[in-house]
Amino acid sequence: MSVVHHTAPPAVAPRRRALALVSGGLDSMLAVKVIQAQGIEVEGVNFFTGFCVEGHTHAIRERDRKKPKRNNALWVAEQLGIKLHIIDISDEYKDVVLKPRYGYGAHMNPCLDCKIFMVGKAALMLDKARELADAQAVQGEPGFDFIITGEVVGQRPKSQKKWTMPVIARESGAEDRLLRPLSARNLEPTLPEREGWVDRERLYGFSGRNRKPQIALAEQFGLDDFAQPAGGCCFLTDEAYSNKLVDLWQARRKRDYELDDIMLLKVGRHLRPRPHFKLIISREEGEGNFLEGYRYQFPSLEPVSHGGPLTLVDGEFADAAEAELAAAIVARFSQGREAEAVSVQYNRPGGVSQLLTVKPLAAGQVPKDWYLG
Amino acid sequence: MAEYQLDARRLLCPLPVIKTQNRVRELANGDVLEVLATDPGVLNDVPAWARINGHRVVESGRRDGIVFVQLLVVREGA
Repeated sequence: MSVVHHTAPPAVAPRRRALALVSGGLDSMLAVKVIQAQGIEVEGVNFFTGFCVEGHTHAIRERDRKKPKRNNALWVAEQLGIKLHIIDISDEYKDVVLKPRYGYGAHMNPCLDCKIFMVGKAALMLDKARELADAQAVQGEPGFDFIITGEVVGQRPKSQKKWTMPVIARESGAEDRLLRPLSARNLEPTLPEREGWVDRERLYGFSGRNRKPQIALAEQFGLDDFAQPAGGCCFLTDEAYSNKLVDLWQARRKRDYELDDIMLLKVGRHLRPRPHFKLIISREEGEGNFLEGYRYQFPSLEPVSHGGPLTLVDGEFADAAEAELAAAIVARFSQGREAEAVSVQYNRPGGVSQLLTVKPLAAGQVPKDWYLG
Repeated sequence: MAEYQLDARRLLCPLPVIKTQNRVRELANGDVLEVLATDPGVLNDVPAWARINGHRVVESGRRDGIVFVQLLVVREGA
């Protein structure tokens, strides 16, 4: 990897700089601490894939909005006193999700490719940082000498096996400028260790899924407030979410998605009464407000005679009977569910509206297998 | 010194932060950027981003259902 090449060796050894992949969890926090303790200057990088969603659900749902959730990566960077670059890789990440080179985990989780991809992006960023630093020719604005991550051998079933560690290093282009401070002593010495930039003896040899060594190290550093890792905060590890994504691919007969699709999979009840259309029914006010923003992209249904949820239609109705079926389902989730008739407005993005008056479906008329997730 | 506005409405975090970061990169020392958003998380995240990157929050709050954060861009050595 061509991370940084100082064109002329300076007279005094420069302070070495590392770029850390910061997820917001404890392990990357510890990795930074361990390296900072060796006098290395660290900056962080965090990536947005579109699938890291806990905060999104929080931001959308009304009851959660009262207490906005903090962004763990930013919070961690502030605790560590490091700068943080956040990079939107949602577009490039599609290839990782749609064409996983090493297969999926139990829930279609492209975990291994995800790590390779992220480390590779960090390498790319290092090159960019170096180019920028060279171009500006500003003294004291060096790039980065190596990358660190909080990976621990054997901790995650797919991405953190001992044999995958060199694969990630190689395929990312990071090669031996990729250092995992928490597991380094289980792995071959990397360039920063061989060159003496960091002392291998002061790195760690953690392995496996036991979290006790990390908790103990956190205590040693005086860290008592940190986010517990939850599957890497990746929505693809959530079975219900993955089921909805697979349904989307089946319905469209192709494996693809846009950012809007993966956002909408996080919101509302999803029902597929027919293979060619799906209803996204808001469950509360916050979700309704969020779906409002898509009203001009999707056909929508909204009860007008009674209070009820805004519903988006993903797909097309084959005929009037299907539009009425959809309206009757929406009416089922309205305040008029016991009424003889509910009026539902059917709006199409072009501005054409139609009023449908239907009898709400009874609970028993909505088969369980219409519900996705 | 100039004043700018960034429309990050209907975007969910961290997208407003990413947009802020990318916009600020183009601005000069002393410029003011007002970020408008609908995700209330922006009121935490944009100031946190500003703090760790050395920029200053002039004002933040809510206006007509929209959250806003005004940032003063600070460039080191400027």
